[in-house]
Amino acid sequence: MKLAISISGKKLSSPFDARFGRAAAFCIVDTETGEWEVFENPALSASGGAGVQASQFVVEHGAEAVASGAFGPNAFDTLDAANVEMYLAPGNKAHTAAEVLEMVKAGRLPKAEAATHKGHHGGSH
Amino acid sequence: MQIVIASGKGGTGKTTVATSLASIAAEQDTVRFLDCDVEAPNAGLFLNPRLDTHKEVGVLIPQIDNEACTYCGKCAEVCQFHAIAVVGKKTLVFPELCHGCGSCTLVCPENAISEHLNVMGILEGGSTPEQIDFAQGVMNVGEPMAVPIIRELKKRGSTSSPEIEIWDAPPGASCPVVETIRGADFALLVTEPTPFGLHDLKQVAEIVNELGIPAGVVINRDGIGNNAVGAYCEESGLPILMRIPMERRIAEAIASGKLLLDAAPEYRPSFETMLKTIVAEVNA
Amino acid sequence: MRQLVVLSGKGGTGKTCVTAAFAHLASKGEYADKFIVADADVDAANLGLVLQPQLLEEQEFKGGQVAVIDQDTCAFCGECQDVCRFDAIDYTDGLYVVDPIACDGCAACVYQCSTESIAMHEQVVGKFYLSQGRYSPLYHANLYPGQDNSGKLVTLVKQRARLQALDENRKLVIVDGPPGIGCPVISATSGADLVLIVAEPTVSGVHDMHRVLQTVQHFGVRAMVCINKADVYPTGADEIESFCRDNGIQTVGRIPFDLTVASAMVEGEPVTAFQPDAPASVAISLVWERVLESLLKEKA
Repeated sequence: MKLAISISGKKLSSPFDARFGRAAAFCIVDTETGEWEVFENPALSASGGAGVQASQFVVEHGAEAVASGAFGPNAFDTLDAANVEMYLAPGNKAHTAAEVLEMVKAGRLPKAEAATHKGHHGGSH
Repeated sequence: MQIVIASGKGGTGKTTVATSLASIAAEQDTVRFLDCDVEAPNAGLFLNPRLDTHKEVGVLIPQIDNEACTYCGKCAEVCQFHAIAVVGKKTLVFPELCHGCGSCTLVCPENAISEHLNVMGILEGGSTPEQIDFAQGVMNVGEPMAVPIIRELKKRGSTSSPEIEIWDAPPGASCPVVETIRGADFALLVTEPTPFGLHDLKQVAEIVNELGIPAGVVINRDGIGNNAVGAYCEESGLPILMRIPMERRIAEAIASGKLLLDAAPEYRPSFETMLKTIVAEVNA
Repeated sequence: MRQLVVLSGKGGTGKTCVTAAFAHLASKGEYADKFIVADADVDAANLGLVLQPQLLEEQEFKGGQVAVIDQDTCAFCGECQDVCRFDAIDYTDGLYVVDPIACDGCAACVYQCSTESIAMHEQVVGKFYLSQGRYSPLYHANLYPGQDNSGKLVTLVKQRARLQALDENRKLVIVDGPPGIGCPVISATSGADLVLIVAEPTVSGVHDMHRVLQTVQHFGVRAMVCINKADVYPTGADEIESFCRDNGIQTVGRIPFDLTVASAMVEGEPVTAFQPDAPASVAISLVWERVLESLLKEKA
């Protein structure tokens, strides 16, 4: 399946970025073939609705699952509506995206059943 | 005539000055008072209106007719605030991000979007014992945006057209303050003679300047700090219309909810003069 | 690493003066090199005026966008004005022009324009700074007057402070918050381990304290209250304390009204540095001790 991992960098070997909505980039990797591609996150500099925008972006790029550190309420609702699995990877240890990929494949990551935190309300007036 | 009372810095005495100005004006003219500090409205504590009208206000947010929606995604495409997402066979609306601009409703090719009011706060109005037509906006706790409520408050008309309207602005110099100041005939800027007071006064003076509104200054708590504010006003041609010296007994009276004019009636002539000056300046 | 955010509801209760004093006091204790300060009141950023910052880094901050009409291709149909809900399009001197102050950035006009003559232009709406303050690094920002205080700049200031603190293994981030209860306050509250509400005991101050307290609790953050200028209206101070007692909110001290604070401000110093034995300084020191203790004992 296609898995999107939030990263800060340009490669599968780049560090994992625990933020979803404002992650620097997403690495979309096929968990079976291992092929991957990195896309800059267009929501990074959004004044509001970053979670929504990032969610739409990864869905548009075919992601069926996402691994990140946390999902705010809007990101959760959007990904949930698209039936995208949400995996939670710990952000405090310095993992690379490649390591997070292995954790997903080994079934070692919990899934988010609800938004992990309240919104950031970066919305503009 | 519409006079807005602003400051930049919080706590300089906007509401203190605004409520006493309204009180003096009400002796001769018909007065309307709008408390535009919708996040933390306080003027009512001093003017004691009987609030008998209430109206829920907010922004119009989209409601999707799922039967008609074809998930084309055009609505999400035009939304600048990411308040709509179209994923798979679902269209989601995020009310707290929505500005109520109506763009999505206009572009939907299936006419699948209708709008309904997302309540963000309430407008309340009524008369005060001095016959001031009083209204305030009160934003609901947890809502992020003050501007739509201020906008609705200022639109609020009534059967009478008052001779003097006073708008009590929120602190700061950003969007809610601009929304409050817009359209005023005169801006009365209340400051304190301290570095913080001066710094923030400059911010709001810039707004008032850009909007082309004549302004004057009240220096409240005169005597504390230094005279940098006075010097700035002189340099920038901002007339100082009143100085209220720092007096503990005044602070104590206002703390308990008394009008400045009631606590210190010796300021009546100054307020009367200030009002006359403002009226003359606007009519000139 | 713990984050303390100082709020008030009502403006002018003394958040900035108290935060500056905290920065000074923190620099004398065991956390001397272990904290960072952030001024999240980007709309009226005053903390720097009493922390003598030396600018290290400055960055333009881009916020929303405004619509601009291309007069060469405009067909003068007026559709843009009809759809604009923000009264931002004027017809003057025979031209349709967007008022950039009123423009909300919604782009509804862009999509309705029959000749595609309207484009959105991104705007620089402020500046973001990293400075070396007198006691610690200071993250601050300045939103240009009249701009949209969306919380995005507030978030940036706090995030950068937080990231540097994590990178350098510092223990505390002390944040001076904005007045009110809207977006900037919500953004300032996000991620806080503890909020200290600086309340003033006046009728306005009490009223607004309730609203900010509700806001903070709405977002699930723990709050404590201290009462500034407490002796100006002891009835109000008593009211605040008994309300807090009845609702399980800790009060951490009363600070007396003290004009030394204004004098210190004029000298560009926190009051505790300017005159350590002033009544306000003594009281703030006690408040700081209690806040610090509570902040650090909270589980991550």
